[in-house]
Amino acid sequence: MALRIVGLSPPSQPPRAWWWGFAALFAAFLLTMPIYFDIAVLFSVTNYLVLALLALSMSFLWGYGGMLSFGQTAFFGLGGYTYAVMALNLHETTGAMIVAIVLPMLFAAVLGYFMIYGRISDIYFSVITLVVTLILEKGIRATSGDQYVVGSVRLNGQNGIPTTPALQVPWNPKVQLEIDDVFYLAAILLVLTYVGLRLLLITRFGRILVSIRDNERRSALLGYDTRRYKLLAFVIAAGVAGLGGAMWGVWGNFVGPNMFNLGQAAQVVIWVIVGGKSTLIGPIGGTIAVQYLTDWLGTQGVGQVSLVLGIVLMVMVMLFQQGLLPSVGLIAAMARDALSGARRHRAPP
Amino acid sequence: MAFNRREFVKAASGAIVLASAPFVLKRAGIAAEEPIRIGNILDKSGGLNIYSLKQMQALAMTVEEINKAGGLIGRPIELLFYDSQSDNQFNSKYATDAMVKDKVKVIHGGITSSSREVMRPIVDKFKGLLFYNSLYEGGVCDRRHVSTGMVPAQQLAPLIEYMVKEKGGKKGYILAADYNYGHITSKWMQKFIRDHGGEDLAVEFFPLDVTNFAPAISRIQAAKPDVVWSALVGGAHIAFYRQFEATIGKKNMMLASSTYGVGLEQLQLSPEEGDGIVVATSFIDSLPTAKDFIAKFKAFSGDQSYVGEYGEYGARGLLIWAEAVRQANSAEPDAVIEALAKGGVKVNGAGGLYSVDGQTNHTTMDIHLVVGNKSQSFDLIRSFEQRPPSDTQMVCDLNKNPNDAQQYEIKL
Amino acid sequence: MDDVAIYAYQIGLSFAIFILISLGLAVIFGMMRVINLAQGEFLMLGAYFCTLITKAGVDLWISFFLAALAVGVFGMIVERVMIRYLYGRILDTLLATWGLSLFLVGGVTTIFGPQSESVAATLGQVTVGAFGISLYNLVVIAFALALLLGTYALWRYTRFGLVVRGTMQNPAMAAALGVNTGLVYTLTFGFGSAITGLAGAVLAPIVGAAPPMGVFFIGKAFITVISAGHLPLLGTISASGLYGVIDGVVAYISSSVIGEMTVLFVAIILLRLLPLGITGRMRRGI
Repeated sequence: MALRIVGLSPPSQPPRAWWWGFAALFAAFLLTMPIYFDIAVLFSVTNYLVLALLALSMSFLWGYGGMLSFGQTAFFGLGGYTYAVMALNLHETTGAMIVAIVLPMLFAAVLGYFMIYGRISDIYFSVITLVVTLILEKGIRATSGDQYVVGSVRLNGQNGIPTTPALQVPWNPKVQLEIDDVFYLAAILLVLTYVGLRLLLITRFGRILVSIRDNERRSALLGYDTRRYKLLAFVIAAGVAGLGGAMWGVWGNFVGPNMFNLGQAAQVVIWVIVGGKSTLIGPIGGTIAVQYLTDWLGTQGVGQVSLVLGIVLMVMVMLFQQGLLPSVGLIAAMARDALSGARRHRAPP
Repeated sequence: MAFNRREFVKAASGAIVLASAPFVLKRAGIAAEEPIRIGNILDKSGGLNIYSLKQMQALAMTVEEINKAGGLIGRPIELLFYDSQSDNQFNSKYATDAMVKDKVKVIHGGITSSSREVMRPIVDKFKGLLFYNSLYEGGVCDRRHVSTGMVPAQQLAPLIEYMVKEKGGKKGYILAADYNYGHITSKWMQKFIRDHGGEDLAVEFFPLDVTNFAPAISRIQAAKPDVVWSALVGGAHIAFYRQFEATIGKKNMMLASSTYGVGLEQLQLSPEEGDGIVVATSFIDSLPTAKDFIAKFKAFSGDQSYVGEYGEYGARGLLIWAEAVRQANSAEPDAVIEALAKGGVKVNGAGGLYSVDGQTNHTTMDIHLVVGNKSQSFDLIRSFEQRPPSDTQMVCDLNKNPNDAQQYEIKL
Repeated sequence: MDDVAIYAYQIGLSFAIFILISLGLAVIFGMMRVINLAQGEFLMLGAYFCTLITKAGVDLWISFFLAALAVGVFGMIVERVMIRYLYGRILDTLLATWGLSLFLVGGVTTIFGPQSESVAATLGQVTVGAFGISLYNLVVIAFALALLLGTYALWRYTRFGLVVRGTMQNPAMAAALGVNTGLVYTLTFGFGSAITGLAGAVLAPIVGAAPPMGVFFIGKAFITVISAGHLPLLGTISASGLYGVIDGVVAYISSSVIGEMTVLFVAIILLRLLPLGITGRMRRGI
């Protein structure tokens, strides 16, 4: 419903030409940013882009799979830690990056099997994923002792791993990526993930997933094993979140237990809500807007960022249920309808 | 393709540098009147701000004082504050902002070891200088990092000797916060207890959010130690002191700590609950040397409550840095580092004489043995003058290895 | 003998804490199906009210009830202003109450500062063999049991309880019978909030009051209530009993982290085996 209002094509249809134009423009804008901005800005924006991967993972699963997982931070943290531990052990980062995507997917497969094949209801799914991320946080925080070592790497508990290595160029490990290179990489990964998820939705898998979201029982009666599709979506989303976590480690040269915590999980929900979960691009905008606000509040000395975020979240849920971007789109669509209502009616049903 | 792109980026950034060169030169020409920019990154919000709020104010007060007295090497100081919100991702972001965008000459800040370890590589990369004004577990060896707080050997040796030898606290039971600080501190506690002929019965670690200490207290009662040693940290752990008094009581068992008072715990507890806890610290409000500082701070902040060590750290860090700048006659990080390496940077501060040890960039200071009293404050037992950071000195020699930039874990 | 007493005490205290932190949620989520993620902050408010009222010179025992009253009124306001518009939209409720939770943490920090406040309950101790046990901890256990019995009696034997249960089961029918269902919802939410506030106040002398304290409890409260299944009271008692035994024993013989993690693991396994909770197969009861 919301999609049609905004004027985007429904997810199960191939994107229109203008969408490709938009994606190209978005990519072009990102890739030319270093020309206009200094390193400090690029560094901040890289953070936004990486966190946007986490938001994409959540909005794909929630907006199109109908599963609200608070545990995306679990996969995010797992990805980050896997990358740090593997890269420090192997002294090689390309393989570490790949493992950092695969391991969260495997974890999601096991966890998802438990929940989705156990047919627990939606709300329990949300709460269990939340509990899982809490367990991981508690567990990782309890690894300060020197007995908690993976290979040659101390897990360091509360302090996290502040020596998380920079990425190397795959074919030339001597060259490490600098701040601007990481920015390019994050931008490219974000655009690729966005386009990839968008195209995934027009495949058979994507269409079935959306139909399950709309009515799981009907889809099951049509003969689809809905559990399989939901599990697959859960696993894919975990991979995206894992990639985000690993890139976050690369960005800040740091991974820590805060990646798993409740505050972080809340932020992801806020990004997606602000951006609107009915599109994939919305949450990217939501992430950038909210993170920018948090950064800005930090230098303004407002004091209580959580106070402001809490108000934002309440207002969004109570007043702008579709998210800010779609709400703006809704107003735009109403204005357009007022101007050229007649043309719309001629369109085929 | 990627190599081409890298080259393109390099060429492009080279062009930008060239284009902005005249501007940079122009800035250098008017440097005499230009303020010295410094950054302060602390947690104004979030769970760790109990350690930061007074430190921020003390630092701002000291900057104001220096500016009123004509500035530093003839230039005013411009202080930029960044709220890291008790979240390391903001330490990372603001350290980069401070170095790259705002081009500060020094960053003062970081409370937890993890926040310091996030900022230190950034400061190293952009060739800046980091003043870490907090007590910590020791071992950081990096010429771009200066520690002005206590490290375990400095603090614990006199405390433990006093408790074991003079108070007869032979059998100890150690409780520590479950992170690096607690783990390393507890090892030093064990070492010193054994060195003085005592016995450590057990060591237990508690995550920072634990509030129910009933199981631990039952275990303590079963073990029957003479002294309970606490390296507990943060708001939740304050509950331990209360539960201890409600079950065992300090009249039956002694309680000594390396951290009590740091987060102004005594103000949260009742007078009876805080009375009699023995602590080693580098600063308390009632020191004879502290009168002037305390009076000025209370006037500046309008806050009449106990100031404490973490507040004083803010003033201490800035005064030490300012002295190094004067000796170098320059605020450029490399010049300040040179001055610190010579080992002659000394400041008479509110807690006694502070002198930076050129070998480790840690601070030699007076350690004060104090005991909690019934008026939610501390009484001085005695002071130990000029204790060196001997643990870090065991592993770190910046004179020999100026390019070292790591944190050693001292093997005991 | 000492050992038996100490185990009984540890288990009793764990059980009491589980009951205290989850009973309010059992009413709000278990009966009303409102996922209130700000539940931990209601507890925090109770603890704050208790310390503030005590510091103003009021007797500790009276301040418990004033704190409960204050949080109850606050809960009713929240229900009127926010929850009311979200019935039936379970995910939106969850998100809005999450916002409320962040807002309360930020608000309390702004007003009272980040440090933890505390109130002392010096009742002395009782000695069991070599062990001194804080008398107040025994009072907490007694409080938890009294609260449980009181809630049960209210639901089971009073007309108000009957009306509430009827309304929760079939609001349309209740309305048709002349019940002011809006008022019943507000009162029930207020009641759930009040017992949460009371729990926070009773726990304050043990754990203090600090802005982020809600987070420490919310996870435990939710798994208890979710494991409980569709009979909130009976389920909460059995789940608290199960988790209290696990937490009490494991925390005493190893450490509190292992204790908490064991509880969370058991909860996940339990939900896989009994997706409808402990009382999922039971037909009757509260």
